[in-house]
Amino acid sequence: MLVHIDQDKCCGAGHCVVAAPEVFDQRDEDGIVLLLDARPPADLHQAVQDAAAVCPAAAIRLDLA
Amino acid sequence: MATAAQTPRFTHPAARGACPFAPPPVYRQAQQDEPISRVSLWDGAPSWLVTRHEDVKAVLSDPRFSSDSARPGFPFISAGARQLSAGRPTFIRMDDPEHARLRRMLTGEFMIKKVEALRPEIQRIADDLLDRMTTGRTGADLVREFALPLPSLVICLLLGVPYRDHDFFQECSRVLLHRDSTAEEVAAAQQRLGDYLCALTDSKRAEPDDGILSRLVARGELDTAEIGVMARLLLVAGHETTANMTAMSVLALLRNPDQLDHLRRHPESVTGAVEELLRYLTIVHSGLTRVATEDVELGGVRIRAGEGVICMINTANRDAAEFPDGDELDVTRDARRHLAFGFGVHQCLGQPLARLELQIALDTVLRRLPGLRLAVPFEEVRFRNEMLVYGVHELPIAW
Repeated sequence: MLVHIDQDKCCGAGHCVVAAPEVFDQRDEDGIVLLLDARPPADLHQAVQDAAAVCPAAAIRLDLA
Repeated sequence: MATAAQTPRFTHPAARGACPFAPPPVYRQAQQDEPISRVSLWDGAPSWLVTRHEDVKAVLSDPRFSSDSARPGFPFISAGARQLSAGRPTFIRMDDPEHARLRRMLTGEFMIKKVEALRPEIQRIADDLLDRMTTGRTGADLVREFALPLPSLVICLLLGVPYRDHDFFQECSRVLLHRDSTAEEVAAAQQRLGDYLCALTDSKRAEPDDGILSRLVARGELDTAEIGVMARLLLVAGHETTANMTAMSVLALLRNPDQLDHLRRHPESVTGAVEELLRYLTIVHSGLTRVATEDVELGGVRIRAGEGVICMINTANRDAAEFPDGDELDVTRDARRHLAFGFGVHQCLGQPLARLELQIALDTVLRRLPGLRLAVPFEEVRFRNEMLVYGVHELPIAW
C-alpha cells in the first residue's frame, strides 16, 4: 500500500489521526495533514482505508498495488 | 428524468411524526420513493431535497454546489436564516479559496492533539457542574445545570470570552437560531452580539491573553470586524450544538434502557456510543443548504445552475443502504460514516472538541448518577422543533 496526501485539499477535520495515528499527524501550526508513513505495514492497512473513507475532503489517496 | 418543473412534495421543514427522535415521516417517505425531490420553503421558493446518504455525500463534496449564500437561488430555511446570512458572511457561507484561507486560521486550534490536551480541564468543569447540581438535591434540569454550561464554559475559555456574560450571549444565540425570529429580531441580535465581540476583540489588542481571539489579533491578517464575525460563529456553534446533543443523548439512552445498561457496563465504549448517538439524533435537523453553480446530474435528476439544494443529514444517517436498522439506537454499531457534522470541506471545524465534550459529559453523568431517571412523563418533555438546532428545552431528571 502506498499512501498519498493532498495538503491543499485537507480541511483539518482530523479523522485520519484518530483512525491511524501511526500513519497520519496534523501540522502544529494549522492542523493540516502530515504523512508519517507512506508505506504502512499490513496490520495498519484497514485503519488507513478507514481514514481515507471518512476523510471529508478526499485528501487521502491509496495505491493498493 | 426529474426536473424543477415538478410539484413540491411538501413545505420544508415539515412537522415531526410520533417519534421525537426520528426525522419527520414525509422525509423517510421521500427517501423511499423519490430520494431527490422538490419541496417549497417558508417564502414559497422551491428547492431540491436530498435524502440518501450517498447523494448527500456527493453534494457536500462537490464544488459545483456552492455554500455562498449571496448567490441567487440560495435556499433559506426561515426569514431569520436569510438575515443571518446577510451582511458580512462567516466562512461557512463562502467557497474555496477564500473559505479555506479563513478556516485554516482556526484548524490548528481544534486539531486532535490540542483538543485532547484539554481533557483534564473539561473533566474538571464537568465534575464541578455535577457537584453543584447534586449537592443536597435529588433532581434538576440537566440542560440548565449541566448540558448548556459545560460547552459554554469550554468555548468561553478557548476564545477568551468572559463566562459571566453567558446570559447575554445565550439569549442572542437563541434569537439567531429560532425559526420564528423575524429578520429584524435576527438583525438586532446579530448587531448586539457583534458589537460585544468587537469590543472584546479590541480589549485583547490592549491586553492579550491565551485565547483564540488574542491569537487571531496577533496574526495581524484580520481586522476587528472580521475577527468579531469569526468569534460569533465559534461562540454560537461552540455551545448550542454540544449542549443539545448532550441532553438529547441522555434522553435517548433513558428511552433505550438496554443501550444505557450496555454503556454503564462498558464505559470504555463511550467513544463509539457518541458516534452512534450523533448518527441517531443528528440535531442539525433542518438540513445543510447549497446552491448549484452549474447544471449537475445527480441520482437521475438534473439540478440546474441557480437551483437550491437542501441536504437532509438526519435522513441520510438513517439510510438503510448505509446503516441497516437505522431507526434503532445501537451503541455497539460502527457509526463513523455518519454525516452529523456534515461532509466535504465545510465539515464541522470543532468536531474533535464536540466529540471530547460529549464523551466526557456522558461518561460523567452515567458514572456519577447511577439512579438517573426522567423526573417527568416522557410526553411532557418539550422538544426544540422551532429551533435550527434540535434538542430539548429542559430535561428534568432525578437520581
